[in-house]
Amino acid sequence: MEDWKSTYRLLTHCKHFFHRRLSPNFHNSKPFCTSGSRYHCSQPSELVKPYIGNYQQEFQTFKHLQVSLGTNPWNRCRNQYRCFASQATIIQRRPDFSTISSEDLSYFKNILGERGVVQDEETLDAVNTDWMRKYKGTSKLMLQPRTAEEVSQILKYCNSRCLAVVPQGGNTGLVGGSVPAFDEVIVSTSHMNKIISFDKVSGILVCEAGCILENLIAFLDNQGFVMPLDLGAKGSCQIGGNVSTNAGGLRLLRYGSLHGSVLGLEVVLANGTVLDMLGTLRKDNTGYDLKHLFIGSEGSLGIVTKVSIFTPPKLSSVNVCFLACKDYASCLKLLLEAKRKLGEILSAFEFLDHGAMDLVLKHLEGVRNPFPSSMHNFYVLIETTGSSESYDREKLDAFLLHSMENDLISDGVVAQDITQASSCWHIREGIPEALMKAGGVYKYDLSIPVEKMYDLVEEMGVRLGASAKVVAYGHLGDGNLHLNISTPQYDDKILSQIEPFVYEWTSKHKGSISAEHGLGLMKANKIHYTKSPETVQLMANIKKLLDPNGILNPYKVLPPSLFTKN
Amino acid sequence: MKIMVAIKRVVDYAVKIRVKPDKSGVETKNVKMSMNPFCEIALEEALRVRESGLASEVVAVSIGPVQFTETLRTGLAMGADRAIHVEAPENIYPLTIAKILKALVDVEKPGLLFLGKQAIDNDQNQTGQMVAGLLKWPQGTFASKVVLDKEKQVATVDREVDGGIETLCLDLPAVITTDLRLNQPRYATLPNIMKAKSKPIKKFTLQDLNVEIKSDLEVVEVTEPPKRKSGVILSSVDELIDKLKNEARVI
Repeated sequence: MEDWKSTYRLLTHCKHFFHRRLSPNFHNSKPFCTSGSRYHCSQPSELVKPYIGNYQQEFQTFKHLQVSLGTNPWNRCRNQYRCFASQATIIQRRPDFSTISSEDLSYFKNILGERGVVQDEETLDAVNTDWMRKYKGTSKLMLQPRTAEEVSQILKYCNSRCLAVVPQGGNTGLVGGSVPAFDEVIVSTSHMNKIISFDKVSGILVCEAGCILENLIAFLDNQGFVMPLDLGAKGSCQIGGNVSTNAGGLRLLRYGSLHGSVLGLEVVLANGTVLDMLGTLRKDNTGYDLKHLFIGSEGSLGIVTKVSIFTPPKLSSVNVCFLACKDYASCLKLLLEAKRKLGEILSAFEFLDHGAMDLVLKHLEGVRNPFPSSMHNFYVLIETTGSSESYDREKLDAFLLHSMENDLISDGVVAQDITQASSCWHIREGIPEALMKAGGVYKYDLSIPVEKMYDLVEEMGVRLGASAKVVAYGHLGDGNLHLNISTPQYDDKILSQIEPFVYEWTSKHKGSISAEHGLGLMKANKIHYTKSPETVQLMANIKKLLDPNGILNPYKVLPPSLFTKN
Repeated sequence: MKIMVAIKRVVDYAVKIRVKPDKSGVETKNVKMSMNPFCEIALEEALRVRESGLASEVVAVSIGPVQFTETLRTGLAMGADRAIHVEAPENIYPLTIAKILKALVDVEKPGLLFLGKQAIDNDQNQTGQMVAGLLKWPQGTFASKVVLDKEKQVATVDREVDGGIETLCLDLPAVITTDLRLNQPRYATLPNIMKAKSKPIKKFTLQDLNVEIKSDLEVVEVTEPPKRKSGVILSSVDELIDKLKNEARVI
């Protein structure tokens, strides 16, 4: 065990050395080089390789030790995650965090009642694990408050006891942000699921954080409105989590990000203060707009308990077409044309490459190839949403005719009914599932200026050669690429070919290493690939100001090294 | 040989149906309307027959208000050669539709008439049978396989019936109504959508065809099915037996 630790330290130092010469980001990364530093070499050095290879084995030994030592928090625990998209993350449980005592339990039972305090092992197992089964915590306690006041009492108490807390909504995140890293107390928002008010004239919805997105969509549908966001996980994800992670999804192109549509929030801070910012005004320029701090901060600054959100009216005319393009340049020209010719009715512009199409056709049942006779290099799904069927159709037809005449489209179909439209969407939305079925997958969610976006995919293809299949799809209209590397099984060698290259490439082209998934546990140490040291430092200062003890969702979003007390 | 296909415009299969507040019918305002899925299958089969060289032309016909031409346009985009629109009010009953179709058959003289087995809006499942009766043509309903023999001028039709498949041999001309598993209708491709714009849609009025609308039926009321009550989880078998005995009174 000790040997392992010292080897690790030695390697870290060696890598600093390599890193100094190889990484263009050296200056950016300097303040964060504890565990994050090892991702900075362009090529893994000879020293690193065996380390990566033996890591799993070393960890097994460690695990035995951990078991034999029990759960004494003062032991220097290390946790290892089955982290497919990133190299194994090593973090230590912060020794200054307390562990749950029987007094704590009786306090919580006192404020929440027996039903609000969950210690049942089966339930805990489910809430300790993220839905992709990549991350697993060891929390022994889940609390289910019903009001903001109860959340306030919980946090006030946890803050005074220095008990770490992980807020959890529908637990559908992809970066390990919603599950405990160690034994943090899980504060679930599931029981705060009431719709508080809906204004039919302005379309402003006020509801509690635990409302499931699909329920809100169904509620609004009856009122003739839609949620400004829609995503694959809508059946489980909760609006509080959506806001806290600034979820993007399929409608962002049309309705913008949650920074625009969220009008107000009620948030409970780490010390129990309930911040009432639950405005329902579209315009309100009084001082700093603090709600934005909590949108996308992944529960690290406060727990969102209520949301006020602006919802657009539901429009009846929806058209979907699925088009084939010969090259990426045509896709870009098509995007520009769509913006010009479809204008206000454009509601989605998604793309996938032939690799993604192949996978879907091969691994998903019931998927129908709209172009059975020929394969194409790129596919684009365009959706329009408007108020007049004939007018929208006329616009769409004019756009399609123009694009065909200018050779931007090599083939295409227009869905004639909702069933056909759904099967077009099924191709695009089925890609993640097809990737899971195909074997191992390394997933990256990147924002890259659109004109350069596909270069990364091509470079990655050359880099990996025949060892892996590089598949690209995403929200082209938003400049969001979902880069996926599909392999028959997980392989550290392949991973070392991908990372840190993918992050460095993105950083070099002024992209973001997390477009819509967030940083969570997976990329907390990688924030510097996208944000400058000054920015990250200010973020850390804000975190320290709002949560001096660092009890809220620790180890996530920002590099944990920024908060270790030396 | 010419094939005629009857097409109906209905509330889209995927739309949640709402009853009008006055209970006079189903809400169709601001609701997505599409081609009846069984009609789509009928048209697809007709197109396949034409593509295999056994027919020279596919004519799509639809009977209803002016918006029905949009559905015909979809049919043309799928590949029908031309279309006929008979202007008529909405909600006419199968016998009238069958009479109109017979009148059209007298004009167009097709060798085959394809229809969907039923429309998904009112599920009457009568038009095909009635028009066959009026024409005195043989009928193959609920077709799950259609094979044509040009030499002998016969159609062999497989029908899904209780307990198996019934195979019929029909002399042409004949009426065939199509079931779900007959085929998977194609998408309308871009070039065909563009071509469809210039294909002709011929208009007929009821007077032209000398058909009068009358019905012996009157819709009294349309109501939603009762809402399903949410279930309860019982803690023991005894409790279940008690509920079955005393609440549901089934044992």
